[in-house]
Amino acid sequence: MKKNIFISFEEAKHICDKNQYGEATFWERIKLSIRHSWCMLTRKYSKNNNQLTKIIDKSNVNFLMLNEREKLQQQFEEALSKHQE
Amino acid sequence: MLNHKLNPNNWIKLYSDYLFNYTITRVNDREIAQDLISDTFLSGLKSKMEFKGQACERTWLISILKRKIIDHYRKINSNKGKAEVRMSYFDDNESDKSWIEERVADSSSQTAEDKIENSELKDAIYNCINKLPQKQARIFKMKTIIGYDTETICNELNITSSNVWVQIHRARVSLSRCLKKHWFKT
Repeated sequence: MKKNIFISFEEAKHICDKNQYGEATFWERIKLSIRHSWCMLTRKYSKNNNQLTKIIDKSNVNFLMLNEREKLQQQFEEALSKHQE
Repeated sequence: MLNHKLNPNNWIKLYSDYLFNYTITRVNDREIAQDLISDTFLSGLKSKMEFKGQACERTWLISILKRKIIDHYRKINSNKGKAEVRMSYFDDNESDKSWIEERVADSSSQTAEDKIENSELKDAIYNCINKLPQKQARIFKMKTIIGYDTETICNELNITSSNVWVQIHRARVSLSRCLKKHWFKT
Protein backbone atom coordinates (compact mmCIF):
# COMPACT_ATOMS: atom_id res chain seq x y z
CA MET A 1 0.00 0.00 0.00
CA LYS A 2 2.83 2.32 1.00
CA LYS A 3 4.43 1.75 -2.37
CA ASN A 4 1.21 2.71 -4.15
CA ILE A 5 0.59 5.96 -2.30
CA PHE A 6 4.11 7.33 -2.13
CA ILE A 7 5.54 8.14 -5.53
CA SER A 8 9.02 9.16 -6.61
CA PHE A 9 9.87 12.68 -7.75
CA GLU A 10 10.23 11.40 -11.33
CA GLU A 11 6.75 9.88 -11.21
CA ALA A 12 5.35 13.04 -9.64
CA LYS A 13 6.77 15.13 -12.50
CA HIS A 14 5.28 12.75 -15.04
CA ILE A 15 1.85 12.93 -13.40
CA CYS A 16 2.11 16.70 -13.18
CA ASP A 17 2.93 16.87 -16.93
CA LYS A 18 -0.03 14.63 -17.75
CA ASN A 19 -2.24 16.75 -15.52
CA GLN A 20 -1.46 19.84 -17.63
CA TYR A 21 -3.30 18.13 -20.49
CA GLY A 22 -6.08 16.71 -18.33
CA GLU A 23 -4.70 13.19 -18.77
CA ALA A 24 -3.86 12.32 -15.15
CA THR A 25 -6.30 9.90 -13.55
CA PHE A 26 -8.08 10.65 -10.28
CA TRP A 27 -5.82 8.23 -8.39
CA GLU A 28 -2.69 9.81 -9.93
CA ARG A 29 -3.85 13.26 -8.83
CA ILE A 30 -4.36 11.97 -5.29
CA LYS A 31 -0.83 10.55 -5.27
CA LEU A 32 0.52 13.86 -6.58
CA SER A 33 -1.34 15.78 -3.85
CA ILE A 34 0.16 13.53 -1.19
CA ARG A 35 3.62 14.15 -2.62
CA HIS A 36 2.90 17.92 -2.65
CA SER A 37 2.14 17.82 1.06
CA TRP A 38 5.70 16.91 2.00
CA CYS A 39 7.96 17.62 -1.01
CA MET A 40 8.96 21.21 -1.69
CA LEU A 41 10.67 20.27 -4.97
CA THR A 42 7.47 18.72 -6.31
CA ARG A 43 5.49 21.79 -5.29
CA LYS A 44 8.02 24.01 -7.06
CA TYR A 45 7.94 21.86 -10.19
CA SER A 46 4.12 21.90 -10.24
CA LYS A 47 4.03 25.66 -9.70
CA ASN A 48 6.34 26.28 -12.66
CA ASN A 49 4.47 23.78 -14.80
CA ASN A 50 1.07 25.33 -14.01
CA GLN A 51 2.47 28.78 -14.69
CA LEU A 52 3.71 27.63 -18.11
CA THR A 53 0.31 26.18 -18.99
CA LYS A 54 -1.46 29.38 -17.93
CA ILE A 55 0.86 31.63 -19.87
CA ILE A 56 0.60 29.57 -23.06
CA ASP A 57 -3.19 29.49 -22.78
CA LYS A 58 -3.24 33.23 -22.18
CA SER A 59 -1.06 33.96 -25.21
CA ASN A 60 -3.31 32.11 -27.70
CA VAL A 61 -0.13 31.37 -29.60
CA ASN A 62 -0.47 29.25 -32.71
CA PHE A 63 2.00 27.52 -34.99
CA LEU A 64 2.07 25.90 -38.37
CA MET A 65 2.68 22.17 -38.20
CA LEU A 66 5.71 20.82 -39.99
CA ASN A 67 3.68 19.35 -42.88
CA GLU A 68 1.74 22.62 -43.24
CA ARG A 69 4.96 24.60 -43.31
CA GLU A 70 6.49 22.20 -45.85
CA LYS A 71 3.44 22.59 -48.10
CA LEU A 72 3.71 26.37 -47.85
CA GLN A 73 7.44 26.19 -48.55
CA GLN A 74 6.88 24.01 -51.60
CA GLN A 75 4.20 26.31 -53.05
CA PHE A 76 6.36 29.34 -52.43
CA GLU A 77 9.50 27.80 -53.93
CA GLU A 78 7.59 26.95 -57.10
CA ALA A 79 6.35 30.53 -57.32
CA LEU A 80 9.80 31.87 -56.53
CA SER A 81 11.46 29.83 -59.27
CA LYS A 82 8.82 30.97 -61.79
CA HIS A 83 9.34 34.54 -60.69
CA GLN A 84 13.10 34.32 -61.10
CA GLU A 85 12.88 32.80 -64.60
CA MET B 1 15.70 57.31 -43.53
CA LEU B 2 15.54 53.56 -42.98
CA ASN B 3 16.10 51.47 -46.04
CA HIS B 4 14.83 47.94 -45.47
CA LYS B 5 15.37 45.26 -48.07
CA LEU B 6 13.30 42.25 -49.05
CA ASN B 7 14.68 38.75 -48.93
CA PRO B 8 11.91 36.39 -50.12
CA ASN B 9 14.09 33.30 -49.61
CA ASN B 10 13.75 33.75 -45.85
CA TRP B 11 10.06 34.63 -45.70
CA ILE B 12 8.75 31.15 -44.84
CA LYS B 13 11.41 30.55 -42.21
CA LEU B 14 11.10 33.96 -40.56
CA TYR B 15 7.49 35.00 -40.93
CA SER B 16 5.22 32.02 -41.66
CA ASP B 17 4.46 31.29 -37.99
CA TYR B 18 3.98 34.96 -37.19
CA LEU B 19 1.62 35.49 -40.13
CA PHE B 20 -0.19 32.26 -39.33
CA ASN B 21 -0.76 33.35 -35.76
CA TYR B 22 -2.00 36.74 -36.96
CA THR B 23 -4.39 35.11 -39.42
CA ILE B 24 -5.75 32.22 -37.35
CA THR B 25 -7.02 34.59 -34.65
CA ARG B 26 -8.96 36.43 -37.35
CA VAL B 27 -10.30 33.66 -39.57
CA ASN B 28 -10.39 30.75 -37.11
CA ASP B 29 -9.69 28.09 -39.74
CA ARG B 30 -6.26 26.54 -40.31
CA GLU B 31 -6.76 25.79 -44.02
CA ILE B 32 -8.08 29.25 -44.84
CA ALA B 33 -5.26 30.81 -42.82
CA GLN B 34 -2.67 28.85 -44.79
CA ASP B 35 -4.26 29.82 -48.10
CA LEU B 36 -4.25 33.47 -47.08
CA ILE B 37 -0.59 33.30 -46.06
CA SER B 38 0.34 31.58 -49.28
CA ASP B 39 -1.51 34.30 -51.24
CA THR B 40 0.26 36.94 -49.17
CA PHE B 41 3.71 35.58 -49.98
CA LEU B 42 2.83 35.29 -53.66
CA SER B 43 1.45 38.84 -53.77
CA GLY B 44 4.56 40.03 -51.94
CA LEU B 45 6.69 38.39 -54.57
CA LYS B 46 4.70 39.95 -57.41
CA SER B 47 4.78 43.42 -55.89
CA LYS B 48 8.39 43.19 -54.74
CA MET B 49 9.37 46.08 -57.00
CA GLU B 50 6.87 48.37 -55.26
CA PHE B 51 8.55 47.94 -51.88
CA LYS B 52 10.07 51.28 -50.92
CA GLY B 53 12.07 50.11 -47.91
CA GLN B 54 10.29 52.44 -45.49
CA ALA B 55 8.80 49.62 -43.41
CA CYS B 56 10.42 46.39 -42.32
CA GLU B 57 9.68 43.21 -44.26
CA ARG B 58 7.31 41.82 -41.62
CA THR B 59 5.23 45.02 -41.43
CA TRP B 60 5.01 45.12 -45.21
CA LEU B 61 3.87 41.49 -45.39
CA ILE B 62 1.31 42.09 -42.63
CA SER B 63 -0.14 45.00 -44.58
CA ILE B 64 -0.61 42.70 -47.60
CA LEU B 65 -2.08 40.00 -45.36
CA LYS B 66 -4.59 42.46 -43.87
CA ARG B 67 -5.91 43.19 -47.37
CA LYS B 68 -6.16 39.45 -48.04
CA ILE B 69 -8.18 38.92 -44.86
CA ILE B 70 -10.45 41.85 -45.72
CA ASP B 71 -10.99 40.35 -49.19
CA HIS B 72 -11.76 37.00 -47.57
CA TYR B 73 -14.47 38.53 -45.36
CA ARG B 74 -15.85 40.55 -48.25
CA LYS B 75 -16.15 37.36 -50.25
CA ILE B 76 -17.97 35.58 -47.42
CA ASN B 77 -20.16 38.61 -46.86
CA SER B 78 -21.16 38.81 -50.49
CA ASN B 79 -21.95 35.11 -50.55
CA LYS B 80 -24.24 34.69 -47.57
CA GLY B 81 -26.32 36.50 -44.99
CA LYS B 82 -24.63 39.88 -45.24
CA ALA B 83 -27.51 41.84 -43.70
CA GLU B 84 -27.60 39.62 -40.62
CA VAL B 85 -23.87 39.75 -40.13
CA ARG B 86 -23.78 43.53 -40.41
CA MET B 87 -26.69 44.04 -38.02
CA SER B 88 -25.35 41.79 -35.32
CA TYR B 89 -21.98 43.46 -35.60
CA PHE B 90 -23.32 47.00 -35.18
CA ASP B 91 -25.54 45.94 -32.29
CA ASP B 92 -22.43 45.55 -30.20
CA ASN B 93 -20.25 48.28 -31.63
CA GLU B 94 -21.30 51.78 -32.48
CA SER B 95 -18.74 52.79 -34.99
CA ASP B 96 -18.42 54.50 -38.34
CA LYS B 97 -15.63 52.24 -39.49
CA SER B 98 -16.28 49.43 -41.90
CA TRP B 99 -17.07 46.24 -39.96
CA ILE B 100 -14.57 44.30 -42.05
CA GLU B 101 -11.80 46.79 -41.37
CA GLU B 102 -12.49 46.57 -37.66
CA ARG B 103 -12.68 42.80 -37.68
CA VAL B 104 -9.27 42.66 -39.29
CA ALA B 105 -7.76 45.36 -37.15
CA ASP B 106 -9.12 44.10 -33.84
CA SER B 107 -10.64 40.69 -33.39
CA SER B 108 -10.98 40.91 -29.62
CA SER B 109 -11.89 43.36 -26.91
CA GLN B 110 -8.38 43.72 -25.54
CA THR B 111 -7.05 47.10 -24.49
CA ALA B 112 -3.98 48.53 -26.19
CA GLU B 113 -1.90 47.59 -23.16
CA ASP B 114 -3.19 44.01 -23.19
CA LYS B 115 -2.39 43.75 -26.87
CA ILE B 116 1.18 44.93 -26.42
CA GLU B 117 1.68 42.53 -23.52
CA ASN B 118 0.14 39.66 -25.46
CA SER B 119 2.23 40.38 -28.52
CA GLU B 120 5.41 40.52 -26.41
CA LEU B 121 4.40 37.28 -24.73
CA LYS B 122 3.85 35.61 -28.09
CA ASP B 123 7.26 36.79 -29.28
CA ALA B 124 8.87 35.41 -26.11
CA ILE B 125 7.11 32.05 -26.62
CA TYR B 126 8.12 31.94 -30.31
CA ASN B 127 11.74 32.63 -29.40
CA CYS B 128 11.81 30.05 -26.62
CA ILE B 129 10.15 27.34 -28.72
CA ASN B 130 12.54 28.06 -31.58
CA LYS B 131 15.43 27.32 -29.23
CA LEU B 132 14.15 23.79 -28.52
CA PRO B 133 15.51 20.80 -30.45
CA GLN B 134 13.36 20.23 -33.54
CA LYS B 135 11.78 16.97 -32.36
CA GLN B 136 10.91 18.36 -28.94
CA ALA B 137 9.45 21.51 -30.45
CA ARG B 138 7.37 19.51 -32.89
CA ILE B 139 5.92 17.19 -30.22
CA PHE B 140 5.31 20.08 -27.83
CA LYS B 141 3.45 22.07 -30.51
CA MET B 142 1.36 19.05 -31.50
CA LYS B 143 0.39 18.33 -27.92
CA THR B 144 0.10 21.80 -26.42
CA ILE B 145 -0.75 24.19 -29.22
CA ILE B 146 -2.72 22.02 -31.62
CA GLY B 147 -4.11 19.77 -28.87
CA TYR B 148 -3.49 16.34 -30.45
CA ASP B 149 -3.97 13.40 -28.11
CA THR B 150 -0.95 11.26 -27.22
CA GLU B 151 -2.07 8.34 -29.38
CA THR B 152 -2.30 10.50 -32.51
CA ILE B 153 1.22 11.84 -31.93
CA CYS B 154 2.53 8.30 -31.39
CA ASN B 155 0.94 7.12 -34.64
CA GLU B 156 2.01 10.13 -36.66
CA LEU B 157 5.62 10.13 -35.50
CA ASN B 158 5.90 6.39 -34.93
CA ILE B 159 7.14 6.71 -31.36
CA THR B 160 5.99 5.27 -28.02
CA SER B 161 3.79 7.12 -25.57
CA SER B 162 6.58 7.20 -22.96
CA ASN B 163 8.84 8.81 -25.55
CA VAL B 164 6.19 11.48 -26.19
CA TRP B 165 6.00 12.26 -22.47
CA VAL B 166 9.78 12.39 -22.11
CA GLN B 167 9.99 14.88 -24.98
CA ILE B 168 7.14 16.94 -23.55
CA HIS B 169 8.73 16.95 -20.12
CA ARG B 170 12.07 18.16 -21.52
CA ALA B 171 10.35 20.80 -23.65
CA ARG B 172 8.32 22.08 -20.69
CA VAL B 173 11.36 22.33 -18.44
CA SER B 174 13.37 24.20 -21.10
CA LEU B 175 10.46 26.51 -21.89
CA SER B 176 9.82 27.27 -18.24
CA ARG B 177 13.45 28.17 -17.81
CA CYS B 178 13.56 30.26 -20.98
CA LEU B 179 10.33 32.12 -20.23
CA LYS B 180 11.39 32.71 -16.66
CA LYS B 181 14.44 34.45 -18.02
CA HIS B 182 12.63 36.43 -20.71
CA TRP B 183 9.08 36.83 -19.47
CA PHE B 184 8.03 35.79 -15.96
CA LYS B 185 8.40 38.62 -13.53
CA THR B 186 8.36 36.54 -10.37
